Amino acid sequence: MLIFLLRRLVAGILLLFVISTITYVLLYFSSDGIAQNILGEFATPEQIALKQAELGLDQPLPVRYFEWLGGAITGDFGRSWFNSEPVVTALFNRLPVTLTIVLGALVIAAVLAALLGVAAAIKRGWIDRAVQLLSLAGDALPSFVVAIVLVTSLAIQAKIFPATGFVPFSDNPALWLMSIALPITALVFQLVAQAAQQFRSAIIDVRRRDFVRTLRSRGLPEREVVFKHVLRSAAPAALTILSLQFVGLLGGSVIIEQIFALPGVGPLAVLSTTQGDIPVVMGVVVYTVIMVILVNLVVDLVNGWLNPKVRVS
Amino acid sequence: MSEAIVQNPQVPAVVARSGVVKRLAKNPLAILALLLLAGTVVASFLAPVLATHDPNFGDLQAVLAGPSAEHILGTDSLGRDVFSRLLFASQVTLAAAALAAVVAIAIGVPAGLLAGYHGGWFDGSANWVTNMLMSLPGIIVLLAVRAATGPSVWISMLVFGVLLAPSFYRLTRTAVKSVRNELYVDAARVSGLSDTRIMSRHIFSVVRAPIIIQTANVAGVAIAIQSGLEFLGLGDPLVPTWGVMLSDAFRNVYLTPLLLVWPALAIAITTVCLAILGNALRDSLEDGQKVPRVRKPRLEASAPAPSAVTTDTATNAVSDHLLVVDGLRIGYPQAGGTMKTVVDGVSLHVDRGEVLGIVGESGSGKSQTAFAILGLLPDTAEILGGGITIGSTRTVTPGSRQVSQARIAALRGKGIAYIPQEPMSNLDPAFTIGYQLVRPMVKVLGISKAEARRRALELLVTVGIVNPQRTFDAYPHEISGGMAQRVLIAGAVSCEPDLLIADEPTTALDVTVQAEVLDLLRDLQKRLGMGMIIVTHNFGVVSDICDRVVVMKDGTLAEGGDVRTILRAPQHDYTRQLLASTLEGKLPMSMLTTGTKA
Repeated sequence: MLIFLLRRLVAGILLLFVISTITYVLLYFSSDGIAQNILGEFATPEQIALKQAELGLDQPLPVRYFEWLGGAITGDFGRSWFNSEPVVTALFNRLPVTLTIVLGALVIAAVLAALLGVAAAIKRGWIDRAVQLLSLAGDALPSFVVAIVLVTSLAIQAKIFPATGFVPFSDNPALWLMSIALPITALVFQLVAQAAQQFRSAIIDVRRRDFVRTLRSRGLPEREVVFKHVLRSAAPAALTILSLQFVGLLGGSVIIEQIFALPGVGPLAVLSTTQGDIPVVMGVVVYTVIMVILVNLVVDLVNGWLNPKVRVS
Repeated sequence: MSEAIVQNPQVPAVVARSGVVKRLAKNPLAILALLLLAGTVVASFLAPVLATHDPNFGDLQAVLAGPSAEHILGTDSLGRDVFSRLLFASQVTLAAAALAAVVAIAIGVPAGLLAGYHGGWFDGSANWVTNMLMSLPGIIVLLAVRAATGPSVWISMLVFGVLLAPSFYRLTRTAVKSVRNELYVDAARVSGLSDTRIMSRHIFSVVRAPIIIQTANVAGVAIAIQSGLEFLGLGDPLVPTWGVMLSDAFRNVYLTPLLLVWPALAIAITTVCLAILGNALRDSLEDGQKVPRVRKPRLEASAPAPSAVTTDTATNAVSDHLLVVDGLRIGYPQAGGTMKTVVDGVSLHVDRGEVLGIVGESGSGKSQTAFAILGLLPDTAEILGGGITIGSTRTVTPGSRQVSQARIAALRGKGIAYIPQEPMSNLDPAFTIGYQLVRPMVKVLGISKAEARRRALELLVTVGIVNPQRTFDAYPHEISGGMAQRVLIAGAVSCEPDLLIADEPTTALDVTVQAEVLDLLRDLQKRLGMGMIIVTHNFGVVSDICDRVVVMKDGTLAEGGDVRTILRAPQHDYTRQLLASTLEGKLPMSMLTTGTKA
């Protein structure tokens, strides 16, 4: 298991390196007008040349790239070209908001998917069909469309929830909950669909296995058989789906944060890409890939805990 | 976003069959989705004809106007006609989504064909690239691309097509790998067809249908992500698309919330319809695959329970038998409304301390009878008639369609227990042996965990396990099949049941272990004074351990009686055949003298 995790970790670092390199090279070709953008329309060519030299934009690609990489390895991602805020500070200030809604959505979706999957697999009939239809819609509908519907109906029209803004938990827990309720709902709606489907088919499959019949014959209550034994064998497949979906969740959260005006990483990503703020864009990309790698590692660990066979090999 | 579709191609690799279209036509939801999609596409083509205004002409006198005769759906923040914009927007949106799908197919399918057909280094490196692409968050990449190339829906969809390519790659690769070694492909290869011919002729026909399904999914994802980007204000504001319109509408959500409805509806309807269509296609393909697999049902008229040979007659009155099965009939409903009867009027009884063998070849209904007694029939099974009484509890009353779960549940463990056939698949791989022994005892006997643990260790010694503590702590995959069967026997007798049902308890074991396990069963049966049913196809086992035997054939009882009588003088032809096949196989005649081990 340890070797397995180490291998995943090494693969992750390799991935991080490849992706950051590709992104950097791509961004290099778009860095021409940036000095102009920073200084405004009326900057003289001399001023622009000076700014370019200051930012290192006059250096060739390899020099710039290795300078960035050298910094990145030591945890220094430079400063924003537009407001000189260190990239790491900017990310860390915004991370709590994004992590709250993203991880919140992930956990709620996992629990909800398990319950829906169990209900659909065991009760069948209309519950099954309702879950199937719901998953289909949830899967197909973009989460931002769901968010827009939620905002217009529950926040702007009915005024139950705040339409925008974020209240830190330490300020007021109740308002905090209200401020993240709609964003999380929008993300969960999308996320739960495939996982519920996966749970459903895995449970149907596991319930037919021999050991379930034997456990039943021993006199264990049906509830215990389903929630302890069947669910445990059915969970790894569904969790893997969830971890894969996490990649999409990070993207979806960018739009969701924009809609609800949450001060998360999303608005930073949007702003920095429209401005061409390369250090910040790079920071966002690296953060995203790290998140994906971490969540995959956690899911591997959970699956190892769920399935002792994996633990050994 | 819904990129997860991409990462998890659940589309089955199945051969398209001619009936697919027909089955699809029977699905009203799919037809509705198809009609809506077709309507959207036609409307987008007819945009120049249908539009009432220039999509980019803004009438600043009529900004954010509500629906009127002049502007059917009102105007936007620049006074542009929403209806006309919607039409032209669908042109761009759909074309851009199509571009993403085409790029994804153009890269993914050939790569998948190559990797699946030839494997080797290409397969390896393509897999690596695929894994990398799949861990990229689409929106972030597209944001970076936009930073590099400026706002263009075409460029971003081109790049997104590359990101989506893995879904087609995986699909094609899996499908090709599975057909590659099929006989007809081998035959084609032997007959000298070139690889290209084989690929296009045999393999493409296999992946065609899954690709169509995946295209529907991918197009939906592309529309979603494209509108998402534009919604963020990252699209080209001069090109009308649904996302650009949505973005404009959302900025004025406090003034005219109605404006949101049209582009949101367009996006929602298109993406959901694409998903429904993809799903319906998959369902109809899967149905098409299932049909020929259904075993031919033995048609059965709803005649009253036929009186099979019943040597073990049982009256309806409560007897002092431990178990009474009376005229039991079990059936499985088939597609098409017929019923396949697998057990047809079986009657038998078991007394305390007695061992009954149920013998028959596979498919004779002996296991079904056993599962009915245990109340562990599959959900689809139906009791068609007869009754089962265990002790004083009627678990199947005449007329009921199912075994009463409430009544049988109270008996399990203490009243009745079960030893399965296949040892390894009957232990939950996720829990230790110890847990699986302790937990039922705690639940059924109501004893403490510590007490149950002590008893479990004792039981493991009783069933002949040398190092009980190690086995107790082990997971099922860490022990051998013979040990697993001993563990299962320990579990079955742990609550000292009155009736033990063993379904082919030795079939899956090595010959040497078989005899030991039979010995163990007989010892336990004697010591605990249990009634026991052994389901087997092996007369050796019967002669070794049983007092009485019933022979089953095609769901009915062929004959039954005292073991020695049946073995010495079988009345029924079928019993003779069974005996002959056993004798020729392995067993010496000495088995006729009960008491010697097989």
